[in-house]
Amino acid sequence: MISRLEQLKLGALKELDLITDAKEMELWRVNYLGKKSELTGILRSLSSLAVADRKSVGTVANRIRTELEDSLNKKKCNLREIQLAAATREENIDVTLPGRPLPTGRLHPITKTINEVSEIFNSMGFQVTSGPDVEWNYYNFEALNIHDDHPARDVMSTSWVDIKADKNRGPMLLRTHTTSVTARVIESQKPPIRVVEPGRVYRYEATDATHTPMFHQIDGLAVDKGITMADLKGTLYEFARRFFGEGRGVHFRCDYFPFVEPGVEMAIECLVCNGRGCRLCGNTGWLEILGAGMVHPRVLERGNIDPETYSGFAFGMGIDRLPMLRYGIDDIRQFYSNDLRFLSQF
Amino acid sequence: MKISLKWLREYVDITLSPRELANRLTMAGTETEGMQCIGENWTGITIGEITGISPHPNADRLKLVTIDLGSEQTTVVCGAPNTSIGSKVAFAPVGAQLIDGHSGEAFRLKSAKIRGITSNGMACSEKELGISDSHEGIITLPDEAPIGTPLADYLGDVIYDLAITANRPDCLSVIGVAREVAALTEQQLHLPDTSYIEAGHPIEQQISVEITAPELCSRYCASLITGIRVTDSPRWLQQRLLKCGMRPISNIVDITNYVMLEYGQPLHAFDYDQIQGRKITVRRAAAGEKITTLDGLERSLSPDMLVIADQKRAAAIAGIMGGIDSEVTDGTSSVLLEAANFNPASIHRTGSALNMPSEACTRFERGIRPELVDEAIRKATKLIIELAGGQAARGLVDVYPNRQEQEPILLTNEKIRNLLGIDFSTNRIVAALNSLGFTCRTATNPSGVRATAPYWRSDIKQEVDLIEEVARIIGYDKIPTTLLGTTLPSQNPEPMVKLKQMIRCHLRGYGFQEIVTYSLTSLELLGKLLPASSIEPPPLRMANPMTAEQEYLRPNLRANLLTTLYSNRKHEDDSIRIFELGKVYLPRQNDLPDEPEILCALLSGPRQSRSWHEGDNPVDFYDAKGTVESLINHLVTNLDFEKSSDLSLHPNKQAAILIDGNKVGIVGEIHPVVREAFDICEPTYLIEFNVSTLLPFTTGHKMFRTIPRFPAVVRDIALIADRGISHRSIQSIIEDTDLVTKVTVFDVYSGGQIPAGKKSLAYRITFQSPDHTLTDDEVDKVQQQIIGKLSRELGATLRS
Repeated sequence: MISRLEQLKLGALKELDLITDAKEMELWRVNYLGKKSELTGILRSLSSLAVADRKSVGTVANRIRTELEDSLNKKKCNLREIQLAAATREENIDVTLPGRPLPTGRLHPITKTINEVSEIFNSMGFQVTSGPDVEWNYYNFEALNIHDDHPARDVMSTSWVDIKADKNRGPMLLRTHTTSVTARVIESQKPPIRVVEPGRVYRYEATDATHTPMFHQIDGLAVDKGITMADLKGTLYEFARRFFGEGRGVHFRCDYFPFVEPGVEMAIECLVCNGRGCRLCGNTGWLEILGAGMVHPRVLERGNIDPETYSGFAFGMGIDRLPMLRYGIDDIRQFYSNDLRFLSQF
Repeated sequence: MKISLKWLREYVDITLSPRELANRLTMAGTETEGMQCIGENWTGITIGEITGISPHPNADRLKLVTIDLGSEQTTVVCGAPNTSIGSKVAFAPVGAQLIDGHSGEAFRLKSAKIRGITSNGMACSEKELGISDSHEGIITLPDEAPIGTPLADYLGDVIYDLAITANRPDCLSVIGVAREVAALTEQQLHLPDTSYIEAGHPIEQQISVEITAPELCSRYCASLITGIRVTDSPRWLQQRLLKCGMRPISNIVDITNYVMLEYGQPLHAFDYDQIQGRKITVRRAAAGEKITTLDGLERSLSPDMLVIADQKRAAAIAGIMGGIDSEVTDGTSSVLLEAANFNPASIHRTGSALNMPSEACTRFERGIRPELVDEAIRKATKLIIELAGGQAARGLVDVYPNRQEQEPILLTNEKIRNLLGIDFSTNRIVAALNSLGFTCRTATNPSGVRATAPYWRSDIKQEVDLIEEVARIIGYDKIPTTLLGTTLPSQNPEPMVKLKQMIRCHLRGYGFQEIVTYSLTSLELLGKLLPASSIEPPPLRMANPMTAEQEYLRPNLRANLLTTLYSNRKHEDDSIRIFELGKVYLPRQNDLPDEPEILCALLSGPRQSRSWHEGDNPVDFYDAKGTVESLINHLVTNLDFEKSSDLSLHPNKQAAILIDGNKVGIVGEIHPVVREAFDICEPTYLIEFNVSTLLPFTTGHKMFRTIPRFPAVVRDIALIADRGISHRSIQSIIEDTDLVTKVTVFDVYSGGQIPAGKKSLAYRITFQSPDHTLTDDEVDKVQQQIIGKLSRELGATLRS
């Protein structure tokens, strides 16, 4: 009986080996492992065998059944693998064709620059605030020590709004700098103050490659007890380091703005020639980036902040120039002509 | 201001290289905007004297010129018309670098045979040396020019172009800059001698001066020189003026300009014999008073302008320009020289009103000190005697009604420390201030100094002004670099800043390109949006528009976006999605305009970028609406739409955007008439909403909702309804039923087997209970309720 079983197994395995599809495999299963198969018959008839044989035949028959089942499973897996491999071979695509496009939008380079600059100052505790584009003469000029006949007005040619002047705040104009927001913050907030004020500014100027009637600036202000010019230098140096990169030379020189004293101008090593001197930097090796200074005591007084107790610094810079320098853009009008072939590059 | 280094050297020893000096001045506030080195490339060029001239054997117009160079003689071929024996010339040997007289290009002189004769170099013109554009003849140097000396030593110079800040009119002068240099390099200043012999009659017997408008003229000083001869100025004087960018006119006029450049005090010379009545009155102009100025133009004056008048008429507009009647001419023999101080604001207004900017005007309007007058008038008088002959009257006329002394200002060590963040010793502070001409007395309790500004400084008014002086002389680089250590202000970001940021980011993600357009626009452009919608309320107009395109403040963003779409359509036929998030300007009574932040977006062209994957289905209303839904659903939950009537939009393809029943914006197709007015060919969809009015709905936090624990049952139903029945009305009925948690329309169809006038709508409904698993019976019951209600209220039936 045992030898019959072994013979059965050998025959079954040999047959299994030759099987190539699922149908044959099912037939094979019915044939060798099904209810009516010889093996099942033998296992069912074990009870009729002599006690001595029952154990030995039973053991062998059960082992063979397990072996056949395992082989079947293995064969199944094998066969599936072969099938999938064949199917996969058939699925052939041209991977050099372009992918399905997702819609790609972009922010305007000016917005991106404002965001980047604002984030740097945010991380130093400066919060973004804003003020009106259409402004009173008072906040744009008077509150900042720029009286009507101040020579500084000549370089800030103003666009005036055709509307009756206010008794106290003077004529209405388009702000010539975002420093007007500084004047408003000094009037409306109490120290400690740390703000940055990005926005549109306007000049009454003819348009050319370096001038547009509208452009963007960001001003900043910090006021508290004990703020010094050393803090001004440190804050602006940190900005320059993060925006223009580690290792770029920065210097602070004396300059004049009516609303600060001492007045400061910050320059960085030229991005084109790295300080050797070229056309962009007018052979000086330096690019002027921003104006700054310690807030003038009279400006603080106008906002009812006591300059004997509090001090502060203010700064302001042109936004448009930053991407112009960074990307080598030579015509500021590009920002406002909104040609998608230009905008899609940023 | 242009400053010659050679001139500067007359007052101060220069211890730095020209470039180092420029840098030092720049760092301390006098910015060097440009630097021109004259004679930088004159290697080998020397001064020679013509000792012989003979005709060229082969050319009529050329000569052979022998030049004595001291150590040797050389002969050159020369075509210049102005060669003469004894002339001092600039000789360039072979190898010298010159500028080509015709092309203006730099070249190196080569040995050459000219018509058969070898020339050993050449005698140069001013243009060839790069001094000026003069190329009519060779340069002839003054007789005292030393033979054999390098030309660079004799004529070389560095011209600085300095940007003088508005607070430092004293630096609009060579002596002013020399004072800065002396302070910055710790050198002594040498001031010129201004004494002269007063040989004439006492001045008060010959002229009197009265100031009737002392508020506009704080000082008027005059000298009188008789018996002069008006000629050209000597070469050295002309050269100095030219280097500073001024044109020589005559010795008298040149002297007034020269002294203005030297001291920063404007002067004016009158022909004394033309002054009627021998009396000067400094008065306000009469209304409508006329004067013909030196430039030959007749000017009409007003009473806020100041004139220098004789007994008959205005002889000059004070501080702006002289009158032609009293102009110094070739026939002038006596000169009345004026040095005065005028009110800065008045000069500024007069200069702007008459549109007559001038060097004098620039100095007066920045507020120079009246004390500058003293030295300047003496120096000019001295120069006139020396260069034009004549005698100076004894004494000066000096009317000085508004004398204002410089007051001492207390500067404490503590204030320096508090403002600069560094301690400077009193000695160091005093040294810095002294170097600038301040007088200092040390003070104790509080410790510091009492400093009085020198007479020429008009910008020192309070303690911080002194602090800047100390800081810039010691150097801003000596101030330490620290980060803010003060209290961090409470961090409450402006909600609008955050909201704008979020909207921009979402739209970018949806494939929109941000644009930024001008705030100023024209009525013509706004009119293209259909007149009725664009004119109310009338936009704010500029009083001084630069161009017609920039005349009005924009009341909407649409016009600019449509213009941008049009201009990009010229080169782009693919999908275009653009947006701008910016302010519009809406007039308000007696106040600044309202400046709400508006989002405006346009969609046009294919729905997806053209690719090999999809067809080119064009965008439609639902792309625009879907954008609004995605965008606003991020922020609020109670978004709704209703029919609207914006005249710039297609009457049947537009909807108002509502939040909690408040209208915040609109979405729709641009009206074909408007579209064509902007030359746009394809259907274009607009999204526009007021971000400012959206803001109140976006504050506060959303609350978390538990994920349902019991399974949902999903059923699909198909309905037939009249075409006029809106999806919104069906959806509301389904949504308002118990256990319904979600309704989605997934098919809308008409035509084919659907009866005329009807449409088919298919909905997927999700049923869910928060507290148990629903049975089929329960769902069936609810579904029947829904179908019943739809049928009763809307006449909609199940599609069989």
